[in-house]
Amino acid sequence: MSLAPNADDAILAVDDVVVRFDTPEGPITAVDDVSFKVRQGEFLSVIGPSGCGKSTLFNVIGGLLSHHDGVVSVGGETISGPHHSIGMVFQEESTFPWRTVIDNVAFPLELVGMRRAERMERARYFIGMVGLNGFENRYPGELSGGMRQRVSLARTLASEPKILLMDEPFAALDEQTRLLLGDKVLQIQQQLKQTTLLITHNITEAVQMSDRILVMTYRPGKVKRIVNIDLPRPRTSEIVTSVAFGGYVAKIWNDLREEASRGMKDEEAHALHHEGVSS
Amino acid sequence: MTDLAAPRLSPRRRFVAPAFGIAALVGVFLIGELLVQIGVINRFIVPPPSEVMGSFHRIVSEERVFSRFLFTATECLIAGIMLTVFGLAGGVLMHRFKLLQQACETWVAALAAAPLVLMYPLFLVIFGRTIWTMIIMGFVAGLPPVILKTIEGMSTTRKVLVNVGRSFNLSATQQFWKILLPAALPTIFVGVRLGLIFALINIVGTEFLINFGGLGHLIADLAERYDLAGTYAAICFVILVSVVFFIVLEKVERWLRPFGSR
Repeated sequence: MSLAPNADDAILAVDDVVVRFDTPEGPITAVDDVSFKVRQGEFLSVIGPSGCGKSTLFNVIGGLLSHHDGVVSVGGETISGPHHSIGMVFQEESTFPWRTVIDNVAFPLELVGMRRAERMERARYFIGMVGLNGFENRYPGELSGGMRQRVSLARTLASEPKILLMDEPFAALDEQTRLLLGDKVLQIQQQLKQTTLLITHNITEAVQMSDRILVMTYRPGKVKRIVNIDLPRPRTSEIVTSVAFGGYVAKIWNDLREEASRGMKDEEAHALHHEGVSS
Repeated sequence: MTDLAAPRLSPRRRFVAPAFGIAALVGVFLIGELLVQIGVINRFIVPPPSEVMGSFHRIVSEERVFSRFLFTATECLIAGIMLTVFGLAGGVLMHRFKLLQQACETWVAALAAAPLVLMYPLFLVIFGRTIWTMIIMGFVAGLPPVILKTIEGMSTTRKVLVNVGRSFNLSATQQFWKILLPAALPTIFVGVRLGLIFALINIVGTEFLINFGGLGHLIADLAERYDLAGTYAAICFVILVSVVFFIVLEKVERWLRPFGSR
Protein backbone atom coordinates (compact mmCIF):
# COMPACT_ATOMS: atom_id res chain seq x y z
CA MET A 1 0.00 0.00 0.00
CA SER A 2 2.38 2.62 -1.20
CA LEU A 3 0.87 6.06 -0.95
CA ALA A 4 3.35 8.42 -2.47
CA PRO A 5 0.94 11.11 -3.63
CA ASN A 6 1.47 13.18 -6.68
CA ALA A 7 0.57 16.86 -6.84
CA ASP A 8 -2.92 16.16 -8.20
CA ASP A 9 -4.40 14.01 -5.46
CA ALA A 10 -2.70 15.73 -2.51
CA ILE A 11 -5.13 17.38 -0.11
CA LEU A 12 -2.34 18.93 1.95
CA ALA A 13 0.92 20.21 0.53
CA VAL A 14 3.83 21.55 2.55
CA ASP A 15 6.39 23.22 0.27
CA ASP A 16 9.85 24.41 1.27
CA VAL A 17 8.84 25.44 4.77
CA VAL A 18 11.60 27.11 6.77
CA VAL A 19 11.14 28.42 10.33
CA ARG A 20 13.77 30.45 12.14
CA PHE A 21 13.67 31.71 15.72
CA ASP A 22 15.73 34.37 17.43
CA THR A 23 17.12 33.10 20.72
CA PRO A 24 19.53 34.64 23.26
CA GLU A 25 22.24 32.41 21.72
CA GLY A 26 21.46 33.74 18.27
CA PRO A 27 19.08 32.72 15.47
CA ILE A 28 18.29 29.04 15.09
CA THR A 29 16.63 27.23 12.22
CA ALA A 30 13.98 24.95 13.70
CA VAL A 31 12.55 23.64 10.44
CA ASP A 32 14.62 23.66 7.27
CA ASP A 33 13.21 23.26 3.78
CA VAL A 34 10.55 20.71 4.65
CA SER A 35 8.32 19.56 1.80
CA PHE A 36 5.79 16.73 1.64
CA LYS A 37 2.28 16.00 0.50
CA VAL A 38 -0.62 14.13 2.09
CA ARG A 39 -3.22 12.34 0.02
CA GLN A 40 -6.96 12.24 0.70
CA GLY A 41 -7.71 9.57 3.32
CA GLU A 42 -4.05 8.94 4.06
CA PHE A 43 -2.58 8.58 7.57
CA LEU A 44 0.85 10.19 7.67
CA SER A 45 3.01 10.42 10.77
CA VAL A 46 5.87 12.82 11.29
CA ILE A 47 8.44 11.36 13.65
CA GLY A 48 11.67 12.76 14.97
CA PRO A 49 13.75 13.23 18.11
CA SER A 50 12.93 15.91 20.70
CA GLY A 51 13.89 19.34 19.43
CA CYS A 52 13.62 18.48 15.73
CA GLY A 53 10.86 21.01 15.09
CA LYS A 54 7.88 18.61 14.98
CA SER A 55 5.66 20.84 17.09
CA THR A 56 6.81 23.90 15.14
CA LEU A 57 5.70 22.13 11.98
CA PHE A 58 2.37 21.32 13.66
CA ASN A 59 1.87 25.02 14.43
CA VAL A 60 2.81 26.03 10.87
CA ILE A 61 0.37 23.56 9.29
CA GLY A 62 -2.33 24.50 11.78
CA GLY A 63 -1.83 28.18 10.93
CA LEU A 64 -0.84 29.12 14.49
CA LEU A 65 2.64 30.23 13.39
CA SER A 66 2.74 32.75 10.61
CA HIS A 67 6.40 33.84 10.46
CA HIS A 68 7.79 31.16 8.19
CA ASP A 69 9.06 30.82 4.66
CA GLY A 70 7.47 28.41 2.22
CA VAL A 71 3.87 27.52 1.54
CA VAL A 72 1.25 25.32 3.15
CA SER A 73 -1.80 24.64 0.99
CA VAL A 74 -5.03 22.73 1.54
CA GLY A 75 -6.76 21.50 -1.59
CA GLY A 76 -4.61 23.89 -3.61
CA GLU A 77 -5.53 26.91 -1.47
CA THR A 78 -2.58 28.56 0.27
CA ILE A 79 -3.29 29.08 3.95
CA SER A 80 -2.07 32.02 6.01
CA GLY A 81 -3.73 31.24 9.33
CA PRO A 82 -6.00 28.66 10.96
CA HIS A 83 -8.09 27.00 8.25
CA HIS A 84 -11.56 25.48 8.69
CA SER A 85 -10.43 22.36 6.81
CA ILE A 86 -7.81 21.55 9.42
CA GLY A 87 -8.87 20.25 12.84
CA MET A 88 -6.21 20.26 15.52
CA VAL A 89 -5.77 17.98 18.54
CA PHE A 90 -3.16 19.25 20.94
CA GLN A 91 -0.61 17.45 23.07
CA GLU A 92 -1.67 19.20 26.28
CA GLU A 93 -5.01 18.62 27.90
CA SER A 94 -7.26 21.04 26.05
CA THR A 95 -10.85 20.39 27.05
CA PHE A 96 -12.76 23.35 28.47
CA PRO A 97 -13.17 22.58 32.18
CA TRP A 98 -16.25 24.83 32.44
CA ARG A 99 -18.18 22.84 29.83
CA THR A 100 -19.65 19.36 30.12
CA VAL A 101 -18.42 16.65 27.74
CA ILE A 102 -21.35 17.23 25.39
CA ASP A 103 -20.91 21.01 25.45
CA ASN A 104 -17.19 20.59 24.76
CA VAL A 105 -17.89 18.41 21.75
CA ALA A 106 -20.68 20.71 20.53
CA PHE A 107 -18.37 23.75 20.74
CA PRO A 108 -17.44 23.96 17.02
CA LEU A 109 -21.08 23.37 16.06
CA GLU A 110 -22.15 26.24 18.33
CA LEU A 111 -19.67 28.48 16.51
CA VAL A 112 -21.30 27.83 13.16
CA GLY A 113 -24.71 28.68 14.61
CA MET A 114 -26.22 25.19 14.53
CA ARG A 115 -29.51 24.89 16.46
CA ARG A 116 -29.14 23.45 19.95
CA ALA A 117 -31.14 20.25 19.38
CA GLU A 118 -29.25 19.49 16.20
CA ARG A 119 -25.83 20.17 17.64
CA MET A 120 -26.56 18.03 20.71
CA GLU A 121 -27.51 15.17 18.41
CA ARG A 122 -24.32 15.62 16.36
CA ALA A 123 -22.23 15.89 19.51
CA ARG A 124 -23.74 12.63 20.85
CA TYR A 125 -22.77 10.92 17.60
CA PHE A 126 -19.12 11.91 18.00
CA ILE A 127 -19.12 11.12 21.73
CA GLY A 128 -20.31 7.65 20.82
CA MET A 129 -17.59 7.40 18.19
CA VAL A 130 -14.85 7.93 20.80
CA GLY A 131 -16.58 5.53 23.21
CA LEU A 132 -17.74 7.99 25.85
CA ASN A 133 -21.47 7.22 25.85
CA GLY A 134 -22.92 7.88 29.27
CA PHE A 135 -20.42 10.60 30.10
CA GLU A 136 -22.19 13.41 28.21
CA ASN A 137 -23.04 15.44 31.28
CA ARG A 138 -19.78 14.95 33.16
CA TYR A 139 -17.22 17.73 33.45
CA PRO A 140 -13.63 17.12 32.30
CA GLY A 141 -12.45 17.34 35.91
CA GLU A 142 -14.41 14.15 36.57
CA LEU A 143 -12.68 12.20 33.79
CA SER A 144 -9.31 10.48 33.44
CA GLY A 145 -6.56 11.87 31.18
CA GLY A 146 -7.32 9.36 28.41
CA MET A 147 -11.02 10.20 28.49
CA ARG A 148 -10.29 13.93 28.33
CA GLN A 149 -8.08 13.39 25.29
CA ARG A 150 -10.95 11.49 23.65
CA VAL A 151 -13.23 14.46 24.37
CA SER A 152 -10.72 16.72 22.60
CA LEU A 153 -10.62 14.31 19.67
CA ALA A 154 -14.43 14.19 19.48
CA ARG A 155 -14.60 17.99 19.61
CA THR A 156 -12.19 18.28 16.69
CA LEU A 157 -14.00 15.55 14.73
CA ALA A 158 -17.31 17.37 15.31
CA SER A 159 -16.00 20.25 13.23
CA GLU A 160 -15.71 17.69 10.40
CA PRO A 161 -12.27 18.78 9.23
CA LYS A 162 -10.85 17.56 5.95
CA ILE A 163 -7.52 17.03 7.68
CA LEU A 164 -7.08 15.86 11.26
CA LEU A 165 -3.83 17.26 12.63
CA MET A 166 -2.64 15.76 15.93
CA ASP A 167 0.40 16.73 17.98
CA GLU A 168 1.44 13.82 20.22
CA PRO A 169 -2.11 13.51 21.58
CA PHE A 170 -1.27 10.50 23.73
CA ALA A 171 2.12 11.67 25.02
CA ALA A 172 0.92 12.18 28.58
CA LEU A 173 -0.82 8.80 28.83
CA ASP A 174 0.45 5.45 30.04
CA GLU A 175 1.49 2.83 27.46
CA GLN A 176 -1.62 0.60 27.70
CA THR A 177 -4.00 3.55 27.39
CA ARG A 178 -1.92 4.86 24.53
CA LEU A 179 -2.21 1.55 22.61
CA LEU A 180 -5.95 1.32 23.22
CA LEU A 181 -6.48 4.93 22.18
CA GLY A 182 -4.39 4.24 19.11
CA ASP A 183 -6.90 1.48 18.27
CA LYS A 184 -9.72 3.96 18.71
CA VAL A 185 -8.08 6.54 16.44
CA LEU A 186 -7.40 3.88 13.80
CA GLN A 187 -10.98 2.69 13.96
CA ILE A 188 -12.31 6.25 13.58
CA GLN A 189 -9.85 7.08 10.81
CA GLN A 190 -10.89 3.99 8.89
CA GLN A 191 -14.59 4.63 9.53
CA LEU A 192 -14.46 8.25 8.37
CA LYS A 193 -11.66 7.76 5.84
CA GLN A 194 -10.19 10.73 7.63
CA THR A 195 -7.00 12.27 6.27
CA THR A 196 -4.74 12.39 9.31
CA LEU A 197 -1.37 13.91 10.06
CA LEU A 198 0.10 12.72 13.36
CA ILE A 199 3.12 14.36 14.96
CA THR A 200 4.79 11.93 17.33
CA HIS A 201 8.06 10.73 18.79
CA ASN A 202 6.69 7.26 19.46
CA ILE A 203 7.79 4.74 16.82
CA THR A 204 5.29 2.02 17.80
CA GLU A 205 2.40 4.46 17.62
CA ALA A 206 3.54 5.76 14.25
CA VAL A 207 3.96 2.29 12.69
CA GLN A 208 0.70 1.02 14.20
CA MET A 209 -1.35 3.75 12.58
CA SER A 210 0.38 5.15 9.51
CA ASP A 211 0.38 4.61 5.79
CA ARG A 212 3.62 6.55 5.59
CA ILE A 213 6.07 7.86 8.16
CA LEU A 214 8.14 10.97 7.60
CA VAL A 215 11.35 10.80 9.60
CA MET A 216 12.91 14.15 10.55
CA THR A 217 16.49 14.98 11.38
CA TYR A 218 17.57 16.63 14.60
CA ARG A 219 17.95 20.42 14.47
CA PRO A 220 17.53 21.86 11.95
CA GLY A 221 14.51 19.65 11.25
CA LYS A 222 14.67 18.33 7.70
CA VAL A 223 12.99 15.42 5.97
CA LYS A 224 15.42 12.52 6.38
CA ARG A 225 13.31 9.80 4.80
CA ILE A 226 9.72 8.86 4.07
CA VAL A 227 8.91 5.22 4.86
CA ASN A 228 5.90 3.43 3.38
CA ILE A 229 4.20 1.12 5.89
CA ASP A 230 2.82 -1.81 3.94
CA LEU A 231 0.91 -3.48 6.75
CA PRO A 232 -2.60 -4.80 6.17
CA ARG A 233 -5.66 -2.81 7.19
CA PRO A 234 -7.85 -2.73 9.17
CA ARG A 235 -5.26 -2.68 11.94
CA THR A 236 -5.54 -2.95 15.69
CA SER A 237 -2.95 -2.83 18.46
CA GLU A 238 -2.49 -6.60 17.97
CA ILE A 239 -0.37 -5.79 14.95
CA VAL A 240 2.47 -4.74 17.26
CA THR A 241 3.25 -8.47 17.78
CA SER A 242 3.81 -9.21 14.07
CA VAL A 243 7.25 -9.74 12.58
CA ALA A 244 6.66 -7.18 9.83
CA PHE A 245 5.75 -4.58 12.46
CA GLY A 246 9.01 -5.26 14.30
CA GLY A 247 10.88 -4.85 11.04
CA TYR A 248 9.42 -1.39 10.46
CA VAL A 249 10.12 -0.34 14.04
CA ALA A 250 13.76 -1.45 13.67
CA LYS A 251 14.11 0.32 10.33
CA ILE A 252 12.77 3.61 11.68
CA TRP A 253 14.77 3.33 14.88
CA ASN A 254 17.91 2.93 12.74
CA ASP A 255 17.08 6.25 11.12
CA LEU A 256 16.17 7.91 14.38
CA ARG A 257 18.97 6.61 16.57
CA GLU A 258 21.61 8.74 14.89
CA GLU A 259 19.41 11.84 15.16
CA ALA A 260 18.42 11.16 18.76
CA SER A 261 22.11 10.71 19.70
CA ARG A 262 22.96 13.98 18.02
CA GLY A 263 20.17 15.66 19.96
CA MET A 264 21.32 14.21 23.25
CA LYS A 265 24.94 15.29 22.66
CA ASP A 266 23.77 18.75 21.69
CA GLU A 267 21.70 19.08 24.87
CA GLU A 268 24.61 17.89 27.03
CA ALA A 269 26.96 20.39 25.38
CA HIS A 270 24.34 23.10 25.93
CA ALA A 271 23.99 22.20 29.62
CA LEU A 272 27.80 22.18 30.09
CA HIS A 273 28.08 25.54 28.37
CA HIS A 274 25.45 27.02 30.70
CA GLU A 275 27.16 25.48 33.72
CA GLY A 276 30.46 27.04 32.58
CA VAL A 277 28.87 30.44 32.07
CA SER A 278 27.08 30.44 35.42
CA SER A 279 30.15 29.30 37.38
CA MET B 1 -9.25 3.80 30.52
CA THR B 2 -12.59 4.40 32.17
CA ASP B 3 -11.34 5.32 35.60
CA LEU B 4 -12.72 8.59 36.88
CA ALA B 5 -10.85 11.36 38.59
CA ALA B 6 -11.96 13.62 41.46
CA PRO B 7 -13.97 11.37 43.77
CA ARG B 8 -16.86 13.10 45.54
CA LEU B 9 -16.99 13.52 49.32
CA SER B 10 -19.45 11.34 51.21
CA PRO B 11 -22.41 13.27 52.72
CA ARG B 12 -21.13 12.44 56.21
CA ARG B 13 -17.72 13.97 55.53
CA ARG B 14 -19.32 17.10 54.08
CA PHE B 15 -20.82 17.92 57.49
CA VAL B 16 -17.56 17.49 59.39
CA ALA B 17 -16.07 20.86 58.36
CA PRO B 18 -19.12 23.04 59.25
CA ALA B 19 -19.55 21.12 62.52
CA PHE B 20 -15.90 21.72 63.35
CA GLY B 21 -16.30 25.43 62.50
CA ILE B 22 -19.28 25.82 64.84
CA ALA B 23 -17.47 23.91 67.59
CA ALA B 24 -14.45 26.24 67.21
CA LEU B 25 -16.75 29.29 67.51
CA VAL B 26 -18.35 27.92 70.68
CA GLY B 27 -14.86 27.16 72.02
CA VAL B 28 -13.68 30.75 71.44
CA PHE B 29 -16.89 32.01 73.08
CA LEU B 30 -16.31 29.88 76.18
CA ILE B 31 -12.60 30.74 76.45
CA GLY B 32 -13.43 34.48 76.12
CA GLU B 33 -16.10 34.15 78.80
CA LEU B 34 -13.71 32.35 81.13
CA LEU B 35 -10.86 34.86 80.62
CA VAL B 36 -13.16 37.82 81.36
CA GLN B 37 -14.80 36.13 84.35
CA ILE B 38 -11.48 35.27 86.03
CA GLY B 39 -10.16 38.78 85.31
CA VAL B 40 -7.42 38.01 82.79
CA ILE B 41 -9.19 40.36 80.34
CA ASN B 42 -10.54 43.64 81.69
CA ARG B 43 -14.37 43.56 81.41
CA PHE B 44 -14.41 47.36 80.92
CA ILE B 45 -12.47 46.88 77.66
CA VAL B 46 -13.95 43.58 76.45
CA PRO B 47 -17.35 42.67 77.84
CA PRO B 48 -18.07 39.00 78.56
CA PRO B 49 -19.55 37.21 75.50
CA SER B 50 -22.67 36.31 77.54
CA GLU B 51 -23.30 40.05 78.10
CA VAL B 52 -22.87 40.70 74.35
CA MET B 53 -25.41 37.94 73.63
CA GLY B 54 -27.77 39.49 76.15
CA SER B 55 -27.59 42.90 74.46
CA PHE B 56 -28.79 41.58 71.07
CA HIS B 57 -32.44 41.90 72.07
CA ARG B 58 -31.85 45.48 73.21
CA ILE B 59 -30.10 46.68 70.03
CA VAL B 60 -32.75 44.98 67.91
CA SER B 61 -35.66 46.60 69.73
CA GLU B 62 -34.17 49.97 70.68
CA GLU B 63 -31.51 50.73 68.06
CA ARG B 64 -33.30 49.69 64.83
CA VAL B 65 -30.41 47.38 64.05
CA PHE B 66 -32.21 45.58 61.19
CA SER B 67 -32.86 48.76 59.22
CA ARG B 68 -29.23 49.77 59.80
CA PHE B 69 -28.13 46.29 58.71
CA LEU B 70 -30.16 46.71 55.52
CA PHE B 71 -28.69 50.18 54.98
CA THR B 72 -25.09 48.91 55.20
CA ALA B 73 -25.95 45.81 53.15
CA THR B 74 -27.49 48.01 50.42
CA GLU B 75 -24.36 50.19 50.34
CA CYS B 76 -22.25 47.04 50.04
CA LEU B 77 -24.48 45.63 47.33
CA ILE B 78 -24.31 48.80 45.20
CA ALA B 79 -20.54 49.14 45.76
CA GLY B 80 -20.14 45.40 45.00
CA ILE B 81 -22.02 45.65 41.71
CA MET B 82 -20.06 48.76 40.73
CA LEU B 83 -16.66 47.31 41.58
CA THR B 84 -17.47 44.06 39.76
CA VAL B 85 -18.59 45.86 36.59
CA PHE B 86 -15.86 48.51 36.55
CA GLY B 87 -13.15 46.20 37.91
CA LEU B 88 -13.87 43.56 35.30
CA ALA B 89 -13.97 46.16 32.52
CA GLY B 90 -10.74 47.78 33.77
CA GLY B 91 -8.97 44.44 34.05
CA VAL B 92 -10.08 43.34 30.60
CA LEU B 93 -8.96 46.64 29.04
CA MET B 94 -5.59 46.46 30.77
CA HIS B 95 -5.13 42.89 29.64
CA ARG B 96 -6.13 43.78 26.09
CA PHE B 97 -3.92 46.86 25.82
CA LYS B 98 -0.48 45.96 27.12
CA LEU B 99 0.71 49.57 27.13
CA LEU B 100 -2.15 50.49 29.44
CA GLN B 101 -1.28 47.54 31.68
CA GLN B 102 2.41 48.46 31.78
CA ALA B 103 1.52 52.07 32.55
CA CYS B 104 -1.13 51.49 35.23
CA GLU B 105 -0.80 48.09 36.90
CA THR B 106 1.77 49.27 39.45
CA TRP B 107 -0.44 52.21 40.41
CA VAL B 108 -3.47 49.99 40.82
CA ALA B 109 -1.43 47.62 43.01
CA ALA B 110 -0.22 50.60 45.07
CA LEU B 111 -3.81 51.78 45.44
CA ALA B 112 -4.79 48.36 46.81
CA ALA B 113 -2.27 48.77 49.62
CA ALA B 114 -3.13 52.42 50.43
CA PRO B 115 -5.25 53.29 53.52
CA LEU B 116 -8.03 54.71 51.36
CA VAL B 117 -10.37 55.26 54.31
CA LEU B 118 -8.31 58.39 55.05
CA MET B 119 -9.66 59.89 51.83
CA TYR B 120 -13.15 60.17 53.35
CA PRO B 121 -12.99 64.00 53.72
CA LEU B 122 -12.58 64.32 49.96
CA PHE B 123 -15.66 62.22 49.21
CA LEU B 124 -17.54 63.94 52.02
CA VAL B 125 -16.92 67.28 50.29
CA ILE B 126 -17.96 65.88 46.90
CA PHE B 127 -21.03 63.84 47.91
CA GLY B 128 -21.94 65.35 51.30
CA ARG B 129 -23.34 63.25 54.19
CA THR B 130 -25.19 60.93 51.82
CA ILE B 131 -25.18 57.22 51.07
CA TRP B 132 -22.94 57.92 48.03
CA THR B 133 -19.96 58.90 50.19
CA MET B 134 -19.92 55.39 51.69
CA ILE B 135 -20.67 53.65 48.39
CA ILE B 136 -17.87 55.46 46.57
CA MET B 137 -15.46 54.84 49.45
CA GLY B 138 -16.31 51.12 49.26
CA PHE B 139 -16.09 51.13 45.48
CA VAL B 140 -12.67 52.84 45.35
CA ALA B 141 -11.24 50.56 48.03
CA GLY B 142 -12.60 47.37 46.47
CA LEU B 143 -11.76 48.15 42.87
CA PRO B 144 -7.98 47.36 42.75
CA PRO B 145 -8.20 43.66 43.70
CA VAL B 146 -10.90 43.05 41.08
CA ILE B 147 -8.81 44.74 38.38
CA LEU B 148 -5.61 42.94 39.40
CA LYS B 149 -7.24 39.52 39.67
CA THR B 150 -9.02 39.99 36.32
CA ILE B 151 -5.66 40.73 34.66
CA GLU B 152 -4.11 37.74 36.41
CA GLY B 153 -6.96 35.43 35.42
CA MET B 154 -6.79 36.47 31.77
CA SER B 155 -2.98 36.36 31.62
CA THR B 156 -2.74 32.91 33.17
CA THR B 157 -5.30 31.29 30.88
CA ARG B 158 -3.57 28.18 29.55
CA LYS B 159 -2.09 28.86 26.14
CA VAL B 160 -3.44 25.62 24.74
CA LEU B 161 -7.02 26.79 25.40
CA VAL B 162 -6.33 30.02 23.52
CA ASN B 163 -4.81 27.94 20.71
CA VAL B 164 -7.92 25.74 20.59
CA GLY B 165 -9.92 28.94 20.06
CA ARG B 166 -7.51 30.06 17.35
CA SER B 167 -7.68 26.68 15.64
CA PHE B 168 -11.46 27.11 15.41
CA ASN B 169 -10.96 30.58 13.91
CA LEU B 170 -12.58 32.45 16.79
CA SER B 171 -12.85 36.22 16.49
CA ALA B 172 -11.36 38.36 19.29
CA THR B 173 -14.84 38.83 20.79
CA GLN B 174 -15.61 35.09 20.67
CA GLN B 175 -12.19 34.34 22.10
CA PHE B 176 -13.03 36.64 25.05
CA TRP B 177 -16.55 35.38 25.78
CA LYS B 178 -16.00 31.70 25.06
CA ILE B 179 -12.48 31.13 26.36
CA LEU B 180 -10.72 33.92 28.23
CA LEU B 181 -13.60 34.96 30.50
CA PRO B 182 -14.74 31.48 31.55
CA ALA B 183 -11.12 30.41 32.07
CA ALA B 184 -10.41 33.48 34.20
CA LEU B 185 -13.63 33.28 36.22
CA PRO B 186 -12.21 31.43 39.26
CA THR B 187 -9.48 34.05 39.67
CA ILE B 188 -11.92 36.91 39.04
CA PHE B 189 -14.12 35.58 41.85
CA VAL B 190 -11.15 35.69 44.21
CA GLY B 191 -10.78 39.39 43.25
CA VAL B 192 -14.48 40.10 43.80
CA ARG B 193 -14.35 38.44 47.24
CA LEU B 194 -11.33 40.53 48.22
CA GLY B 195 -12.98 43.63 46.76
CA LEU B 196 -16.11 43.06 48.83
CA ILE B 197 -14.06 42.65 52.01
CA PHE B 198 -12.22 45.93 51.31
CA ALA B 199 -15.52 47.63 50.44
CA LEU B 200 -17.25 46.49 53.63
CA ILE B 201 -14.34 47.59 55.83
CA ASN B 202 -14.28 51.01 54.20
CA ILE B 203 -18.07 51.47 54.18
CA VAL B 204 -18.42 50.66 57.89
CA GLY B 205 -15.30 52.71 58.66
CA THR B 206 -16.67 55.75 56.85
CA GLU B 207 -20.09 55.37 58.51
CA PHE B 208 -18.25 55.31 61.82
CA LEU B 209 -16.14 58.39 60.99
CA ILE B 210 -18.91 60.59 59.59
CA ASN B 211 -21.61 59.39 62.01
CA PHE B 212 -24.03 58.59 59.23
CA GLY B 213 -25.66 55.54 57.75
CA GLY B 214 -26.01 52.00 59.01
CA LEU B 215 -24.03 49.75 61.31
CA GLY B 216 -20.87 51.92 61.44
CA HIS B 217 -22.98 54.82 62.65
CA LEU B 218 -24.63 52.59 65.27
CA ILE B 219 -21.22 51.32 66.47
CA ALA B 220 -19.99 54.92 66.83
CA ASP B 221 -23.17 55.83 68.72
CA LEU B 222 -22.97 52.90 71.13
CA ALA B 223 -19.23 53.42 71.69
CA GLU B 224 -19.82 57.08 72.57
CA ARG B 225 -22.40 55.97 75.12
CA TYR B 226 -19.86 53.45 76.44
CA ASP B 227 -22.31 50.63 75.74
CA LEU B 228 -19.58 48.08 75.13
CA ALA B 229 -21.83 45.01 74.99
CA GLY B 230 -24.07 46.78 72.44
CA THR B 231 -21.00 47.87 70.43
CA TYR B 232 -19.74 44.29 70.16
CA ALA B 233 -23.24 43.05 69.32
CA ALA B 234 -23.41 45.62 66.48
CA ILE B 235 -19.99 44.41 65.27
CA CYS B 236 -21.52 40.91 65.08
CA PHE B 237 -24.07 42.33 62.62
CA VAL B 238 -21.22 43.72 60.47
CA ILE B 239 -19.81 40.18 60.39
CA LEU B 240 -23.28 38.99 59.41
CA VAL B 241 -23.26 41.35 56.40
CA SER B 242 -19.95 39.81 55.36
CA VAL B 243 -21.29 36.27 55.84
CA VAL B 244 -24.44 37.04 53.80
CA PHE B 245 -22.35 38.43 50.92
CA PHE B 246 -20.02 35.46 50.97
CA ILE B 247 -22.91 33.01 50.84
CA VAL B 248 -24.57 34.91 47.98
CA LEU B 249 -21.28 35.13 46.08
CA GLU B 250 -20.67 31.43 46.54
CA LYS B 251 -24.13 30.68 45.14
CA VAL B 252 -23.48 32.93 42.13
CA GLU B 253 -20.10 31.27 41.57
CA ARG B 254 -21.61 27.79 41.78
CA TRP B 255 -24.27 28.83 39.30
CA LEU B 256 -21.73 30.27 36.87
CA ARG B 257 -19.20 27.48 37.18
CA PRO B 258 -20.91 24.33 38.45
CA PHE B 259 -17.81 22.26 37.63
CA GLY B 260 -15.89 24.10 40.37
CA SER B 261 -17.75 22.29 43.10
CA ARG B 262 -17.07 18.84 41.64
